[in-house]
Amino acid sequence: MKSTVLKTAVASAIVAGALPTAAAAEDLTLCWAAWDPANALVELSKDFEAKSGHNMSFEFVPWTSFADRMLNELNSGGQLCDLMIGDSQWIGGGAENGHYVKLNDFFDANSIDMGDFIPATVTGYAEWPKNTPNYYALPAFGDVVGWTYRKDWFERPEIRAEYKEKYGRELGVPETLEELKDIAQFFQGREIDGNTVYGAAIYTERGSEGITMGVTNALYNYGFQYENPDQPYDIEGFVNSDGAVAGLEYYKELYDTATPPGSSNWYMGENIDAYKSGQVALQMNFAFIWPGVEADANVGGGKSGYFPNPAGPEGQYAQLGGQGISVVAYSEKQDAALEYIKWFAQPEIQARWWELGGYSALRAVVEDPGFASSQPYAQTFLDSMAIVKDFWAEPAYADLLLSMQERVHNYVVAGDGTAKEALDDLVKDWIEVFEDEGKL
Amino acid sequence: MKNIPIEKIASATPDGVARHIRGLSDRSIAWIFVAPTIFLLLAINIFPLIWTVWLSFTNSRVNRPNRDVDWVGLRNYERILTDSDIWNTMQATAHFLIWTIVLQVLIGFMLAFLINKKFRGNDLWTTIIVFPMMLSPAVVGNFWTFLYQPQIGLFNYVIAFFNGADPASFSMIGDVHLAPWAIVIADTWMWTPFVMLICLAGLRSIPESIYEAAECDRASKWRQFWTITVPMVLPFLMLAVLFRGIENFKMFDLVVQLTGGGPGNTTTLTSIDLKREAFEKWRTGYSSAYAVILFVTVFGLASIYVKALNKVKER
Repeated sequence: MKSTVLKTAVASAIVAGALPTAAAAEDLTLCWAAWDPANALVELSKDFEAKSGHNMSFEFVPWTSFADRMLNELNSGGQLCDLMIGDSQWIGGGAENGHYVKLNDFFDANSIDMGDFIPATVTGYAEWPKNTPNYYALPAFGDVVGWTYRKDWFERPEIRAEYKEKYGRELGVPETLEELKDIAQFFQGREIDGNTVYGAAIYTERGSEGITMGVTNALYNYGFQYENPDQPYDIEGFVNSDGAVAGLEYYKELYDTATPPGSSNWYMGENIDAYKSGQVALQMNFAFIWPGVEADANVGGGKSGYFPNPAGPEGQYAQLGGQGISVVAYSEKQDAALEYIKWFAQPEIQARWWELGGYSALRAVVEDPGFASSQPYAQTFLDSMAIVKDFWAEPAYADLLLSMQERVHNYVVAGDGTAKEALDDLVKDWIEVFEDEGKL
Repeated sequence: MKNIPIEKIASATPDGVARHIRGLSDRSIAWIFVAPTIFLLLAINIFPLIWTVWLSFTNSRVNRPNRDVDWVGLRNYERILTDSDIWNTMQATAHFLIWTIVLQVLIGFMLAFLINKKFRGNDLWTTIIVFPMMLSPAVVGNFWTFLYQPQIGLFNYVIAFFNGADPASFSMIGDVHLAPWAIVIADTWMWTPFVMLICLAGLRSIPESIYEAAECDRASKWRQFWTITVPMVLPFLMLAVLFRGIENFKMFDLVVQLTGGGPGNTTTLTSIDLKREAFEKWRTGYSSAYAVILFVTVFGLASIYVKALNKVKER
């Protein structure tokens, strides 16, 4: 009897000892866009589930409705998401509206140093206000707009000869935006293997953020600036400078003369489809697509090459994409969510993240001597991340973005007015937004 | 149950309750029954409407809970009514509304007239014709996006077959001049069967004896059509116009799927614009004023139209 009592007592003690762990096991929901990297993250997170005992659920929403759906969720104080991999432009609203948990103390307590991450990703995804050490996210997925091209077509002797005869230089990776336009125009309407192909698939989408993410790659390099570097929110003459006007005219010419017919509302998905189906020689797209291109039966396995956004007259920049991972302030499982971030920040997990197709922003991963040669696109990713610029990340970013979408799309796709008028109208819209915000 | 006297059933009500109810007037009892419905109506319809009107005079933004909401008077209304972009949106909506109604009424009436004739396979054809309206607008939007695709779309090939042009030389949803027609065509394809069904109901409600009397008076078919068929179907047609008008004024899903409101703003209808203002830009006060203006417009036009409809019915 004594023995039974003793055994029961010991068993109870063991169960009691185990209880804190069992009670701490949570069902965490991570919200992100529905795209290839999200599938890689599901795979990666199995390790977290095994080590922590927490269960991971995922809420993935297609890009075109991602902002709508998730910003609604945050604005309504919803508890669907414990962790949010929100777009870089949401960081201002996330911080100022109290949607995201400030992570400074957590980072300090767990020796997570933002200096260990690519600087552009820290500024772009984690800081608010920008360039201040106030962190609301951990850089989760580095991304940038770059170009993919049909290397196999570029290498064909007859095409190379014809190009050289026409333009007086070798057909290869363009070094300037003007060269890129020449190449795209050269391929426009060309017969290759019995099919009519076109120059370039570029971003033109109207509804969410597409054309802005595309046109900025031309605007930046022609001299567009968001504001006076010496006086915040002073935008007149910077957004609509002569250089910016030339950049917008360049993008329209590219659209009018070197893109497939019917590409008036294209974004990431449509560009991928056009490229993989052999419709276009060049494709503008975020770097996240490159692992998928390499693996594709039609265009992968060495048939494609990659290059950063070429330079323009005023420099070489590329539109930043990518996201940071934040803990949602309305979550009741913040401790478990922070555990996830701690786990995710580990160098070995970040290395595994890169292996699975996720673009790690950890310097230890990207500065590893073997990184640049680990994938055909790895060096292009590094080069591109070194030249990034991002859109406004103000709390009112949605107003600013939608105005730009409308003004730019109206000019580039619909041919409404002139580039100067489009940018002048954009300046008016943005000034109105900043006035409403009390910034002017 | 059938043979139980009513008094016996009434006696099943507990005495206390029966005494209480006996003390209430018929009006009170009626109110007890109607009250839940009125409460729901107030909570779901009237309160949000009043709240929207109040918001329309403020600078509210629901995504900025920490910001003060200030009274701005008529500023939102003034901004909307002087905004040329909004007038362009109104024009795009009017173009869509007028042309879809004209085409749907004409084609729908013709189809109903044909289907009303007795012929073999009549039921099968009716089912086939009605099929598009059974589909989801999102499906129809996707379907027509492919049909309009310049390189592989069937629509372009059909047009090219007749005019000899290169199918890839024009883009229905990418061209500012063609896109407004692209959405009219898709909506007409989807909703003409609805108008046809209403017209069919009207045609079948005309007594055969009227046509027989007209035959006796040696009235030609053409005369019968204009003096019997059209006047008697007219109330049904007007009802169809009312339904389609209201539906198309708030058209959203099909057009978003097809063109996303583009190219430029050429197919940005008021509902799309309103959604952007309210749930993308989060200008709650401004979009409330926008919604109030649209509500007053639709309500006013619908009221005038219903009066006209009643007059036609009385004739």
